[in-house]
Amino acid sequence: AAGGAGQEKQLAPTLLSFFIYNPKLGPKEGEEEKKILFYHPNEVEKNEKIRNVGLCEAIVQFTRTFSPTKPAKSLHTQKNRQFFHEPEENFWMVMVVRNPIIEKHKDGKPVYEYQEEELLDKVYSSVLQQCYSMYKLFNGTFLKAMEDGGVKGLKERLEKFFHRYLQTLHLQSCDLLDVFCGISFFPLDKMTYLKIQSFINRMEESLNIVKYTAFLYNDQLIWSGLEQDDMRILYKYLTTSLFPRHMEPELAGRDSPIRAEMPGNLQHYGRFLTGPLNLNDPETKCRFPKIFVNTDDTYEELHLIVYKAMSAAVCFMIDASIPPTLEFCRKLDSIVGPQLTVLASDICEQYNINKRISGAEKEPQFKFIYFNHMNLAEKSTIHMRKTPSVSLASVHPDLMKILGDINSDFSRVDEDEEIIVKAMSDYWVVGKKSDQRELYVILNQKNVNLIEVNEEVKKLCATQFNNIFFLD
Amino acid sequence: MSRDPPGPAEEEAPGAAGGGGGGGGGGGGGGSGGEGRARPAGEGGGCYLALCARPVHFEKANPVNCVFFDEANKQVFAVRSGGATGVVVKGLEDRNPISFRMEDKGEVKCIKFSLGNKILAVQRTLKSVDFLNFIPDSPQVEYTQECKTKNANILGFCWTSSTEIVFITDQGIEFYQVLPEKRSLKLLKNQSINVNWYMYCPESSVILLSTTVLGNVLQPFYFKSGTMAKLSKFEIELPAAPKSSKLSLSERDIAMATIYGQLYVLYLRHHSRTSNSTGAEVVLYHLPREGSCKKTHILKLNRTGKFALNVVDNLVVVHHQDTETSVIFDIKLRGEFDGSTTIHQFVLPPRSIQPYQIPVAGPASVTSQAPVPCKLYSSSWIVFQPDIIISASEGYLWSLQVKLEPVVNLLLDKGKLMDFLLQRKECKMVILSVCSQMLSEPERGSLSVIATVFDKLNHEYKKYLEAEQSYTMVVETGLSRSNPLLKRPVRTQAVIDQSDMYTHVLSVFTEKKEAPHKFTIAVLMEYIRSLNQFQIAVQHYLYELVIKTLVQHNLFYMLHQFLQYHVLSDSKPLACLLLSLESIYPPAHQLSLDMLKRLSTANDEIVEVLLSKHQVLAALRFIRGIGGHDSISARKFLDAAKQAEDDMLFYTIFRFFEQRNQRLRGNPSFTPGEHCEEHVTFFKQVFGEQALMKPTTF
Repeated sequence: AAGGAGQEKQLAPTLLSFFIYNPKLGPKEGEEEKKILFYHPNEVEKNEKIRNVGLCEAIVQFTRTFSPTKPAKSLHTQKNRQFFHEPEENFWMVMVVRNPIIEKHKDGKPVYEYQEEELLDKVYSSVLQQCYSMYKLFNGTFLKAMEDGGVKGLKERLEKFFHRYLQTLHLQSCDLLDVFCGISFFPLDKMTYLKIQSFINRMEESLNIVKYTAFLYNDQLIWSGLEQDDMRILYKYLTTSLFPRHMEPELAGRDSPIRAEMPGNLQHYGRFLTGPLNLNDPETKCRFPKIFVNTDDTYEELHLIVYKAMSAAVCFMIDASIPPTLEFCRKLDSIVGPQLTVLASDICEQYNINKRISGAEKEPQFKFIYFNHMNLAEKSTIHMRKTPSVSLASVHPDLMKILGDINSDFSRVDEDEEIIVKAMSDYWVVGKKSDQRELYVILNQKNVNLIEVNEEVKKLCATQFNNIFFLD
Repeated sequence: MSRDPPGPAEEEAPGAAGGGGGGGGGGGGGGSGGEGRARPAGEGGGCYLALCARPVHFEKANPVNCVFFDEANKQVFAVRSGGATGVVVKGLEDRNPISFRMEDKGEVKCIKFSLGNKILAVQRTLKSVDFLNFIPDSPQVEYTQECKTKNANILGFCWTSSTEIVFITDQGIEFYQVLPEKRSLKLLKNQSINVNWYMYCPESSVILLSTTVLGNVLQPFYFKSGTMAKLSKFEIELPAAPKSSKLSLSERDIAMATIYGQLYVLYLRHHSRTSNSTGAEVVLYHLPREGSCKKTHILKLNRTGKFALNVVDNLVVVHHQDTETSVIFDIKLRGEFDGSTTIHQFVLPPRSIQPYQIPVAGPASVTSQAPVPCKLYSSSWIVFQPDIIISASEGYLWSLQVKLEPVVNLLLDKGKLMDFLLQRKECKMVILSVCSQMLSEPERGSLSVIATVFDKLNHEYKKYLEAEQSYTMVVETGLSRSNPLLKRPVRTQAVIDQSDMYTHVLSVFTEKKEAPHKFTIAVLMEYIRSLNQFQIAVQHYLYELVIKTLVQHNLFYMLHQFLQYHVLSDSKPLACLLLSLESIYPPAHQLSLDMLKRLSTANDEIVEVLLSKHQVLAALRFIRGIGGHDSISARKFLDAAKQAEDDMLFYTIFRFFEQRNQRLRGNPSFTPGEHCEEHVTFFKQVFGEQALMKPTTF
């Protein structure tokens, strides 16, 4: 909706407030404040906080009478939209997003036009769910924190985590990919994959306290010893937070990681992305982030060691009851470093060979997003490389919105479906759903008809997805 | 021991043996002629060498009984009173002794059968050899051949075939063909050369002559079907320059043997005080059929004293009398290469030959005494190539054997152990037991060791597969006729294939469940990695084992990832196995369909899978996509559509087939052969008669 008049200004959606409460904590009148576990922005006056929480409670309570198992997930108003999420019993998370605004000037005065229908429920509900998942990855469940440290402990954890985390939410650029929260897998030939397997197994054997290992190359996953759901969120953390933070120094060529100075140490490019910065400094701290996995059954607390050599990154996860010592880190560095360096260059070489063979070097003519619910595999030629904060779509937001709408349609039925939309200015958007897979294609061709569009998509499927069962 | 008693020719064996009990001593009823069954004594501490369990027992040497050994036929001759009172010939292979009498025409110096026991040659004088036919229906009277060279003395003779014989004289060699019917010999070729001593290697038909004053220039000759070829001579480097011009290279220090299919001359170089060597060594000269002889290997003995050599299973065995131990060398194992020769240390720590008990001969009813332990490394032992040990004093001939089981505990480096075992003849079961052992406690190996072992096994396995493949290719293309030398590759025991590993090692290992599942899976993946690395197609049962193990431990996500990267190669059985997992792991359905799709030969299966899930429309779309919708059974689809209990679906499917009928036959109705009557009835019931498609008429 690019307006012709220069005076129009688009204001992106922004986070108005974000709060977490548990109605059981302050059931009595006058004790409402006790329900609130976290409130952003904190500056909001106490009574307003209580009022907002109370309103949410009421809406959820009210809608529950119509749909006891699925209470309201969002509330649409003219100015904003509220999203509700109950990740654990009685723990509610609420995110309030202001609708995008078009600022017009009428008679020299600014006039704000709220765009009520712009935001996609599914996208922002997913963002809210991810907030919880990310919190849980680093803090465990709300309940566990409360059992361990009482309400006070939980509040401290929430404050510490969300204070920072909310700043990294880029609500203006959320789209379909946030719904999928998928994993990009690195394409690899069987032999190199087996070599990586062998490497991981041998490392787990040598560093016998390692419980799980994950292996990534070029920010894409190759192996996960963690279960799918845990990997999904860890992957998000690694690719949107940890790796981008370390990319800049890498590019700048600072802290050149070749370390030949240690006698007897093989030259290698390995370094810790979490944990000690300098292994030669006896005072260095060997502190690693703690993560929580399998919270539904075994509830494991782990140290997350991320170690990287060139483009290959390995996550070693060890039981939190065993604090990694400097000695352990040095051992890890000396064992993993040289081997990972060799492996990384092997992968790179093999990848280039495969690329040449398959001729995949050519720029894809199609803009598409693919997602498989079964293995969470995600592939997008629409998005640019992920930056520290966001992944930017290279197409117009309106097209992205159509994708989101098609996705919402798909999620309402179980059957395989295909939707073709003629969008503005020679754009066609095609959505296909086959079993657990979804494919969205954006075509931009002048004067094509429906049949031709269909043919184009068939062509794409034949070249890109010929090795899977994807119905035409 | 060994060649210690210097004789004129190596065959003249125990008769001249000075050591041991000579003719006297025990052995009691040895004369009974019955074979004393000797049994090896119980396991020695890591003894990796043993005397064979069924030795040849012969009447020991004494003043009236002379004993001879023929290396070519591996036979012992016991000649009583010059043959007048009988000659008994026994061999390791032929269990039935040959007995005969011959006229006593003087002391026998040498006696040997031609190959196949056709003709007997006996040397009684320095000038001639006598012959006696053993061919049925041929003249049974002895005939004689004198050596052609004047004033020459015959040092000995060797049979090179069933009718060809070589005389070695001090002045050269004479190559004859024996004509048994004519009772005469025909000279094929002769060669003048001064000979100090000679040596014959029957395996390769090569005679080695010691020439020159010092005796260290060796001249080999090669014999084959009536021809004699002179190979290039070579010089053995003596440890120190000899002071006088006298014979300095003794035949006792030289042996010839075939090792890994190549002929080598082995020279036992004694420790010399002048050189700064740490001990004696065995120097190997490679003697190729063409080209010159080269010094290639040095085996370090690191000790001094009396030695004897054997070659068993391509291993050089060096016996040391002083310590009564032996060591072995394997020239295929890595050694220290100095640019021209490879220096080897012994593979295993020195050990004695396994203790051996000689049973007391005679009828069991008479003697109930315990068996007598055999004196090992006795000075009356004589050693012949490649693997013969003769005890003159006790009247036994053994072949020496290498025991592989004790090696396992002596060679701790598993990689080296595999290198060693893979070269041995009877290695399969030992290798498999080593594999089993390294996978289970208490001697569980690390994954990198396991990987090394797998790689070594698969390297050998791949070599065989390649040889087999190129052989089949040559046979199939019909090129075999032009290449008569082409032979089907021999599958040695070192070829350990997937089925061996599965049956004896991996399936047992995964069933035991004693190891943590992580380790179990790592091992299976390591084996699959190794097979892939050598580009060997992995058998389905290995994948099944992986899947079974993963499923047992609920590691479905791991399985999913393996399949995603096609680590478990596509196949119909695997796809079916996945389908069967759908109830416990729903994504297996998708994985299975993907696999069937990739196989591109499983379209029927895909349709079945979809129909079974009532995805009738999807099945129809799929079959139409591949152009198979004109030949499918309408009934099958209608059945599935009806079971789905979805009227609209049924309508759609029904209509599709009506249209097909119309297109193919010009009429929308079903033929009786399609057996769709009940579906037509059902359709009418639900949608009414008028809903049926009308035949289009023009």
